[in-house]
Amino acid sequence: MTGAAVAVVVVLAALLLGAGCLLGRRTVRPVRPSDVGTPVEHATFETLHTASLAAPPLRAGLTEESARRAARRLRSLLGTDALCLTDRERVLVWDGAGHHHGKDVMEHLKVLLGNGRDTAFDSGCGDLDCPLRWAVAVPLTVENRVLGALVAYAPRESAVLARAAGEVARWVCVQLELAELDRSRTQLIEAEIKALRAQISPHFIFNSLAAIASFVRTDPEQARELLLEFADFTRYSFRRHGEFTTLADELHSIDQYLALVRARFGERLAVTLQVAPEVLPVALPFLCLQPLVENAVKHGLEGAVTRSRITISALDAGSEAEVVIEDDGTGMDPERLRQILRGEGGTSTGIGLLNVDERLRQVYGDDYGLVIETGVGAGMKITLRLPKYRAGVHGS
Amino acid sequence: MSAPDHMASWVAVALVVLATVLVGGFGLRISRTTSDFYVASRTVRPRLNAAAISGEYLSAASFLGVAGLVLVHGPDMLWYPVGYTAGYLVLLVFVAAPLRRSGAYTLPDFAEGRLESRQVRRLVSALVVGAGWLYLVPQLQGAGLTLKILTGAPGWLGDVLVATVVAAAVAAGGMRSITFVQVFQYWLKLTALLVPALFLVLAWQGDGRPRVSFDDQLAVFRADHPLYATYGLIVATFLGTMGLPHVVVRFYTSPNGRDARRTTVAVLALVGLFYLLPPIYGALGRLYTPELRYGGDADAAVLLLPARVIGGLGGDFLGALIAGGAFAAFLSTASGLTMAVAGVITQDVLPARGVRHFRLATVLAIAVPLVGSLLVSRVPVADAVGMAFAVSASSFCPLLVLGIWWRRLTPPGAVAGLLLGGGSALLAVAITVSGAVRPPGWPHALLAWPAVWSVPVGFLAMILVSLATPGRIPPGTNAAMTRFHLPEALSSARAAAGRER
Repeated sequence: MTGAAVAVVVVLAALLLGAGCLLGRRTVRPVRPSDVGTPVEHATFETLHTASLAAPPLRAGLTEESARRAARRLRSLLGTDALCLTDRERVLVWDGAGHHHGKDVMEHLKVLLGNGRDTAFDSGCGDLDCPLRWAVAVPLTVENRVLGALVAYAPRESAVLARAAGEVARWVCVQLELAELDRSRTQLIEAEIKALRAQISPHFIFNSLAAIASFVRTDPEQARELLLEFADFTRYSFRRHGEFTTLADELHSIDQYLALVRARFGERLAVTLQVAPEVLPVALPFLCLQPLVENAVKHGLEGAVTRSRITISALDAGSEAEVVIEDDGTGMDPERLRQILRGEGGTSTGIGLLNVDERLRQVYGDDYGLVIETGVGAGMKITLRLPKYRAGVHGS
Repeated sequence: MSAPDHMASWVAVALVVLATVLVGGFGLRISRTTSDFYVASRTVRPRLNAAAISGEYLSAASFLGVAGLVLVHGPDMLWYPVGYTAGYLVLLVFVAAPLRRSGAYTLPDFAEGRLESRQVRRLVSALVVGAGWLYLVPQLQGAGLTLKILTGAPGWLGDVLVATVVAAAVAAGGMRSITFVQVFQYWLKLTALLVPALFLVLAWQGDGRPRVSFDDQLAVFRADHPLYATYGLIVATFLGTMGLPHVVVRFYTSPNGRDARRTTVAVLALVGLFYLLPPIYGALGRLYTPELRYGGDADAAVLLLPARVIGGLGGDFLGALIAGGAFAAFLSTASGLTMAVAGVITQDVLPARGVRHFRLATVLAIAVPLVGSLLVSRVPVADAVGMAFAVSASSFCPLLVLGIWWRRLTPPGAVAGLLLGGGSALLAVAITVSGAVRPPGWPHALLAWPAVWSVPVGFLAMILVSLATPGRIPPGTNAAMTRFHLPEALSSARAAAGRER
């Protein structure tokens, strides 16, 4: 027994692994459509199966890549010798025989791309052995725009083929429409995320400047400090790059925010921070704590409360960070809070909460929404959990 | 055998457990509750983080095992402390900064972020759990041995005690300020070895400095292929450190790549300082506890020496100090590993998430190695830990090094490398531990020190399969590479400018 023996063992292990993979693949293969039913049903199954195979690539829209992957399936669906998919300018894919027709096909399609009607034409091929004598072309239209055409070739004129090509083309159109729908949905989500990026309220800017103004004569040094805080805070809040930030930067911005608030309310507001240093590098959506702190300040100082205490803590919890923002202010009726989080709040109150909740769910999934404990006159405690790592989330 | 006074040792062990729980639970509250933001948001400085990493890293193998091996097998065993330390050099040069910049918290995170594949992530998770369990078994066995020697308690009691304390502390969230706990543990361990060592050396001088002789070492050499075994050890420890789950997790605490590098340099210094001590115990053990060379647990040398050399009340006191340090070693490494393994289990094995699942995962993470430590026959602590290093070196090292430095790594390549490299190492270790292959001859040597062949197998499989599947290179590779290798200078400079005003 030497190194050679070990090598043999390793090779055997590799072979075994390969065999296992193959076996796994074979066993999970789905039941083939032809295994059950009558011949007619078989044909139906085959057709539906082929169509279902062609659908996924088309859902990516009409590109060279998607056309290439779909064309093979579409041609077997039509049973023609050659099939060609084009967009408005050029041939995207040519599947089957007679590639030499590819260069003059766009000539034949000029009218079709203009008026969007089916046409049939003789291929006019000089090569007598070429089986492609006749072709039917059907436009691919999405929302009344002609995106391209499907061209099926045959040895002779065929009404059956014309009909089939028309049906297949319409099926392709539906898929392309779905693709369009997918795209607009993604755009909508992106636009939503952009809109959801929290904005600092105009009231806050106004109040801060007013508070700073009150210090200009009595305490110029303090006023200068506050102006610098204000400048820093706005620079951070108005920045446009990057969707994510780190907990350290976010807490820093909150500190500046609180400094400005304290300038206005002085002793009425007390803040306690408890931060585990381990979680400072955690990445999180930009400006998703600040609205919660703003909320706590507002609730804390609302009404007849003379003094208010806000506690902000960020603790290490295994593979997550746990951030808790707590105030001892007026609190809120839980039912009303539920309405706000369902998006039925109506007025401007609580927009910040809803916004943060939605962004957290969008980034981390529904398990990571806000957890809020509150009652009328009982203060409010907001808990959020942030995973230390999530693919695609990088603090910048 | 003059056993040290049981009472003093019990008190020392109880104190360490209590202090660990207290620092873990309240350390944060005392030091960080403030209204001053600049105090609250201070990131962990490299030196503090380095002490924490060292505290977590110096395990039973370092505290007890190295001295025992030197005692029995002589100065050749000094490769152990060298390897344990030098692993951080490789980590520093190839991995530290890019790993931090990747933003990954655990190895599965890194695999998923770099290769964009859930499959690779799952495989890495399985290997992390395997390597973690392998590393936990000797920690628990070491605890059992320590308690048995110090207090005469039955062998299984220490295993169960440490497992229970760790499970309770981790599951209850008592390790909230884990950094401070680990820093405390490092200095405790260093003190617990340093102070008795000073007294022992003084006593040895007072004894007329008898010479330590290692001449008869060949008679008890543990492997019939010593050179091969040494190389196996070197490869495993040099390349395995970077993949230890509890070490990787700690780099997340560094604020940026540069600090991660500085941290690693400080770790080198701190770990290096610590490893000067165990060989002293080994050499003195050769003189004063020679019977341990023939049968008996050589790992016990460190614990027995004070009573043997100094004796009396002083000996009891020093023995208790060492016992406390040893328990600090078990607790810190075991809790760090349990946290890391439990984190991986919650994320990738159990279906849903939440605190309840983390607790369940914690119990699972410590229960399996506990059963293992009670069932498996005792292997010297340092050897058992060496096996965990070998598994890590042949699976995670190729993944990290190629993932960070090679654009053409593909998910199938990574899977092949992990399965062939890590899988074969794991298999070899399992066979060795089961005792199916007995010492004399090459088969045992190859299986007991697998790193020499399994690391190249892992690298080769990863490279060849990646080259064979060029179409599967993840689309985000360039973006990931840019993030790994460009310093965060721009953004952090801006932030720093804002802060320093």
